Order: sequence, then C-alpha cells, then structure tokens
Amino acid sequence: MSLDASDVVKIAHLARLGINVDDIPGYARNLSDILSFVEQLNSVDTTGVEPLAHPLEATQRLRPDVVTEGNNREHFQQVAPETESGLYLVPQVIE
Amino acid sequence: MHQKSLVELAADLRSGVCSSEELTRACLQRIAGHDQRLNSFVTVTESQALAAAQAADAAIKAGNAGPLTGIPFAHKDIFCTDGVKTSCGSRMLDNFIAPYDATVTEKMHEAGAVMIGKTNMDEFAMGSSNETSFYGPVKNPWDETTVPGGSSGGSAAAVAARLVPASTGTDTGGSIRQPAALCGITGLKPTYGRVSRYGMIAFASSLDQAGPFTRSAEDAAVMLGAMAGFDPRDSTSVDRPVDDYTAQLNAPLQGLRIGLPGEYFGDGLDAGVGDAVSAAIDEFRKLGATVTDITLPNTHLSVPTYYVVAPAECSSNLSRFDGVRFGHRAGNPRDLTDLYTRSRGEGFGDEVKRRILVGTYALSAGYYDAYYLKAQQARHLIRDDFMQAFKQVDVIMGPTAPSVAFKLGEKADDPVSMYLSDIYTIAVNLAGLPAMSIPAGFSNGMPVGLHMVGNYFEESRLLNAGHRYQQVSDWHTRTPQGFE
Repeated sequence: MSLDASDVVKIAHLARLGINVDDIPGYARNLSDILSFVEQLNSVDTTGVEPLAHPLEATQRLRPDVVTEGNNREHFQQVAPETESGLYLVPQVIE
Repeated sequence: MHQKSLVELAADLRSGVCSSEELTRACLQRIAGHDQRLNSFVTVTESQALAAAQAADAAIKAGNAGPLTGIPFAHKDIFCTDGVKTSCGSRMLDNFIAPYDATVTEKMHEAGAVMIGKTNMDEFAMGSSNETSFYGPVKNPWDETTVPGGSSGGSAAAVAARLVPASTGTDTGGSIRQPAALCGITGLKPTYGRVSRYGMIAFASSLDQAGPFTRSAEDAAVMLGAMAGFDPRDSTSVDRPVDDYTAQLNAPLQGLRIGLPGEYFGDGLDAGVGDAVSAAIDEFRKLGATVTDITLPNTHLSVPTYYVVAPAECSSNLSRFDGVRFGHRAGNPRDLTDLYTRSRGEGFGDEVKRRILVGTYALSAGYYDAYYLKAQQARHLIRDDFMQAFKQVDVIMGPTAPSVAFKLGEKADDPVSMYLSDIYTIAVNLAGLPAMSIPAGFSNGMPVGLHMVGNYFEESRLLNAGHRYQQVSDWHTRTPQGFE
C-alpha cells in the first residue's frame, strides 16, 4: 500500500491533526513503509478465525446504574484552558 | 545505601539501621548528583517525598510497617498523581497537573512507599528508545551514547544507575521488558488485567499493563504485591485474589519445563545476545529444569498485528486531547476545527502523529476489515500458539531483545526498524500473558536480558524462576561504571 501526499492530508483531516506542509512527504513515505510492513498479515488465511478483542476473552463488566461520584466539576475544570460559569469555552460554533 | 536491594532496605528501616527520611534524602542526593547525565526524571517531588518519608517513619515507629513502608520509588510519568505534573512525555501535557491519583499511585501510597519523582518516557509511551520524549532522550547508564530502551526508559535507567531501588513502568509492546534488558535490571509485565489501568494514561487499551522495575526478582515480587489487584474503576480489571508473590520465590526448579521457541533464536538475533541467553538457560538446566524445543509458528505476524492494533487504539484514545478540557490549547483559534487541529498539531510529536495517522487510516471507512479485523484475527492465532505451547511447557524462554542497547539516533528515522526491536516482546501483549526480563550477562560490555513468559496469572512462577537464577548468578548485582 502506497500513500501519496493527498492521502496524508485527508487522513490528517479525519484525525483533526495539524501537520506541517514540509513534513507531508516524510509522513507519506513513513506511512507507506508501515502499511507495506503490516501487509504481511495478508499472507495468512484467517477464514473462520474469530477476532480476539480481549486477551482473556472477558466481556465488559456492568455495574448498577447508581450515582457513585460527587460533583467535582470545579476541581476538574482547574486544568481546563478556558472556562466560564462551569462551561468549557470554544470558538463560536453557531452564528 | 544505594547498593542495597529493596528487601534489604525494608529490613534496615524496620530494624532502625536507617530512617526513611535518611534513605529518601540519599536518593534525592543520588538524583541531584547523577541525573543531569541521564535525564531519567521529568519531575523530582522533593518536598512531597520528604513529607511521605516522615509519615512512613512514624508508621514504622508505631509498628505499622509493611514491606514497602518508607521505600523510595520513581513513578513513570504516565500515572496520574494528584497535584503533581503528569506529562506522559508530551508537550500536550506539559502543563497538566493531574486532578486525581491513578489506582497504582493510590496503592503505592497506601503501601507507604515514598514517591520521589516522575520519570521520563517516550511520548505517550510510543517508542522503544526514549527518544520521542518532549523532554529529550534518556541515556543508558552503561554507555551514555546508547539508548536505555523504551518506552519506560527513565524508570529503567534510574534503577540501573542506583538512583532509586524500584520504579514503575507500563508495557504495551515491551516497554517494561525491553528497557529492563537494555539497562541490565529486572522488569515484569503482569497478566493483562492484573494491575489497574485507572489513571494510567491510555495508549492501546487492550494491550496496556503496568508493572515494576527492580534490581532483583525478589524485589519485583514485593512491588507487584502492592501494585496488583481488582479495581472496579478499570472495566478490564480482573476480579481475582492477588497471590502472595514472595511465597513461592524459593521453591526448587526441579522438573520445571522450559520451552525454547525456534522462532526466537533465528535470523536477526545478535550472536552475543544469543550466547548469553543460551548460557543462562544452561544454568536453569543445572537447577533441575528440563528444556524442550517448541514452536510458535505465527511469531512473524506479531509485529505487523501490533502495528495495526496499537495505532488503531491509540488514534481512538488520543482523540480526547482536543485543547478543550485539559492539555495544550493553540492560541487564537479561528474556529472549532482550527482549535482541534492546531492544538493537536502543536501538542503531539512526530511518532505520536505517525501512529494516530496509521490508526485513523486503519479504522477509516472501507479499510476496517482489511486492517483492524484482520489483525484481531491474527491476534487469535498468536494467542493459540502460546496456549498450544503451554500444554507442553511451564515457562517459555528466549532473548528479550534482538540486540544490546543501540546508539542514540541510530533508528530514529526508520520507524519499522525501531518497531522490530520489540519483536520478542510484542506477541506477549497481544496474548495478554505475564512475562519478565532478568539480567543474563553481557555482550560487548552491554547488558543482555533473558525473557521468560508464563501462562495467565503465573507471575509467581516467573518470579520463582528469576529468583532461583539470581541465587546462582550475579549479573543483577553489577553496577554501571560511574554509578557504583
């Protein structure tokens, strides 16, 4: 699998990841190398093999739907870049 | 004092030979004197450490001392520490003062251990050389022109240089065992789910597992006893009692069945490393173990499988870093997309970006089946290989890494070659098994690690094998020149 510059730009947009224009050719090369490397997986027949998501094949544990934590909003928002009246601030989204 | 093991220091504390405050000050002095060369710490928490040491001394006086009370340790900077910077080796979290403790942090605190600082690491634990850290590379104390391994490079170098008796690490593809091997110390990755991941900044959630670095297997048993345990706050934590890991340390190895996978001794293994590992396995024969050749036929799939699964999970986990709730935020954003894109672009380094891009691609519409699903299937085959092998043997042994520590910068521009330095450790994470690296000699003056893999929840067996070997070898007591 070989990726070109426009693929890299598209993937970076999907990931909302800013990359420098000068770095795009390098990423295209590295990513192509990595994808060619993982293509070794195609050499093995996995027909009928169950995908393994959890090494111990455990399923997600559920707990009763009850409140277990207090309200720590102010404490947790102390590390936020910008807040106001308990809200996180972002640039205007709706005109 | 810095040449004593954790277990010896704990005995000294209880018998009053020294106080925790004296021991803590001695470690702080070692760090002040030696760490400028190594760069193994991101943050040293001197005042908190001294306060914790005084509390430990009071507990010891009151007769409430456990095996870790008053013992200083270094904490990988991936574990959240309430009120202390938790950077994960990234510019993204350079300003992040964690608002809560990770479960491992809490457990070490409850055990009375004294956190002396936070150690340097590859950015978000992505790397095998500690060169991707925002805070610069860590140097290997055995040769400062070489890497300490990664991602827990700071934790490994700090123990190897005798700055602290023990440290914590995390292992997603080898990040405890490979640096333990390259730095000549003992490192243990427990069974997936044995140690809580709560408050441990996530990289690849189905692979991440925390464990200790120490000089000896005996010390590792004590550390693991404190770190392990069920945690309802980690949805993949396993609800099962914690063994007394020290109970079986001295059991004889008579009849222990060791398997040697042919795949781990083939092309790509440095001859000096292979010789040291073979000599170590001969020692196990003398201790009464039997050695059988086995096969793990899907070994060649493990690195490619990992480099789909890990980046896919990383791209998902790291989407939380968006410049809104915590971490780096770009200045003067034009709009929301610009805020996300530039905060992430400025906050993340190169290797993290590469993995986010690979993972995003592998999970994108039309490619999911070809990459992620295929890799999860290959993962099943890799796990089945181990299950087959454990029908015949108790412990699988081989080299931890294909070579000794490589030069700083040597592999920095070639991601695939860097990824291959974890070729023997990665399959273990995919299968979720426990494994340990112990010092097994030297090649060209640099430490070699012996890799031991056990069946699920058989950490005690690995620690037992490691401890018995360390009774008849002295590799684990060797100290790098300049740090004696």
